[in-house]
Amino acid sequence: MYFRDFLTLTTSSFLNSRMRSFLTGLGIAIGIAAVILLTSIGEGLHQFVLAEFSEFGTNLITVQPGKTQTQGSNVGVIGSIRQLTLDDAEALRHLPYVENVNPGLMGNAELKANGKSRRTTVFGEGRNFSSAFTMKVQSGSFWTDEDNEQARALVVLGTKVRQELFSGQNPLGQYLRIGGQRYRVIGVMESKGQILGMDMDDAVFIPAARGMELFNRPGLMEINVSYRADVDAKTVTRIITERLKELHGREDFTTISQEQALEVLSSVLNVITFAVGALGGISLLVGAVGILTIMTMAVTERTAEIGLLRALGAREKQVLMLFLGEAIMLSALGGVLGLVIGIGVAQGLHLLIPALPVHTPWLYAALAELTAVTIGLAAGVAPAMRAARLDPVEALHAE
Amino acid sequence: MIELQNVCRTFTVGDQQVAALRDINLRLDTSEYVSIMGPSGSGKSTLLNLLGLLDRPSSGTYLLDDGNVTDLSDEQQAQVRREKIGFVFQSFHLVPRLTAAQNVELPMILAGIPAEERKARVQVLMQNYGLAARADHRPDQLSGGQRQRVAIARATVMNPSVLLADEPTGNLDRHTGWEVLQLLEGLMERGITLVVVTHDAEIGARARRQIHMLDGRILSDEQHEK
Repeated sequence: MYFRDFLTLTTSSFLNSRMRSFLTGLGIAIGIAAVILLTSIGEGLHQFVLAEFSEFGTNLITVQPGKTQTQGSNVGVIGSIRQLTLDDAEALRHLPYVENVNPGLMGNAELKANGKSRRTTVFGEGRNFSSAFTMKVQSGSFWTDEDNEQARALVVLGTKVRQELFSGQNPLGQYLRIGGQRYRVIGVMESKGQILGMDMDDAVFIPAARGMELFNRPGLMEINVSYRADVDAKTVTRIITERLKELHGREDFTTISQEQALEVLSSVLNVITFAVGALGGISLLVGAVGILTIMTMAVTERTAEIGLLRALGAREKQVLMLFLGEAIMLSALGGVLGLVIGIGVAQGLHLLIPALPVHTPWLYAALAELTAVTIGLAAGVAPAMRAARLDPVEALHAE
Repeated sequence: MIELQNVCRTFTVGDQQVAALRDINLRLDTSEYVSIMGPSGSGKSTLLNLLGLLDRPSSGTYLLDDGNVTDLSDEQQAQVRREKIGFVFQSFHLVPRLTAAQNVELPMILAGIPAEERKARVQVLMQNYGLAARADHRPDQLSGGQRQRVAIARATVMNPSVLLADEPTGNLDRHTGWEVLQLLEGLMERGITLVVVTHDAEIGARARRQIHMLDGRILSDEQHEK
């Protein structure tokens, strides 16, 4: 039998009962649409969260004071942790592969200028802050002095603070009081917006030493190290750990690489996407039962026809393939319909609610279609085998 | 040419063995016109199914065109049916969703004959059987006589050596029935062995050779000169 004739025969039987075929295909379509829609939203969320987390760049390792690992012998010596200092940051600067090092801490303080006052986040940072994180200075610049205890009272403003305290004026060269001390404005940042809920525009940036003094802290909250893109995060982490252990005498700090953090986050989000996809898969199962039902009915209804085909010289295998082909075609067409519905609804949702991130990965679409065909095959096998094994004499007399 | 040697066919019904055919010996020559008559349960349908390779004898030998077809596999049986045997049924057995021409084409599709050749053969047959104007009609748009003519066209499109007709006029009125029989009888000129199973004595009487069956046995086998 030619493949074209095979197609003509299978389509003729399913076009013959259009409504029934449509409804059966719809069962699969809804399942595939659910899978596509849910995974589209899951994947969109995935990309959205990852983009949020990599706002600061991905070649970043953060060193924080204190070891977060629990160790039996360490109980009771918590107070002996050495703080991270500006000298530590300076030492890391000379390590290989390291591009920028930024000592940092943050707190909240009252700002006063032009008779207005405002409480905002105050970041104590190093001179390489804007290049260590991917944040740009709009006008003016950061201080260029080394990060040491004798830092000058200079400040870079976030755009919101600039607007609130110096609206309509050029703030560069003006003075600003932070916690009672006078700071000279030397720069304004570009607007960055909110990152993970923190408004980077409603903030000011001062030298880290000044920050420690302002908040009365003995050490830094973290040291951020950015490294060359062609180097593995593990290598840089190892070098940093070795150097700091040398300085501190033991490992009383924690390193977190952005790359590793993103990997963990990404795998968690992948599991979520997979889980919602599997939920949609349940409705696919219902669709499969629909195909099984319809094909079983078709074999019963067309028993006499099967007998005739056998009498005309059809082999068992040909009868099997005809019914299997019908089941697969039903589910494959249902799958295509489901893809169209799923992607359509996902994109429609995105148009209605632009805040909802949506992304349909082609791999999922291809897998969904493959699943549909497999379901058709699985659901069609039993009825098709029954059709093929019918006794021709009995089948002919079924009316 | 068909030859049956000591053919028996028994069915198992519950725990009982029922003999549908008992020790049948039969030889049908090429271009012979045979009617098989008998009451229901006499074994005539079982005999027809055996001749058509839809069923297998429980014992005995079946030779078709000098080849032993008794112990063929399902696959081989299907091939013999496709190439050598045509069936005509009481209830026509047309596929309702296919047109008359497509129904006639069906055996050739199963046999894998190319489309151009199929079209040509269908056209000739439809013309010969007076169905040219009905080629694109579905079975439910045809009269009973037309349906049976489509079925006969389908049974002969592969040029079989044997044509088996099971009550071919059973669902037709008397006049149409005669027409259909005439069409079948005309096939003998093409060297086809025609076997008609019927319980209608009048129809059976048209055949030159008349076989009567009862209880799975051949009761009489007579040649009538016309």
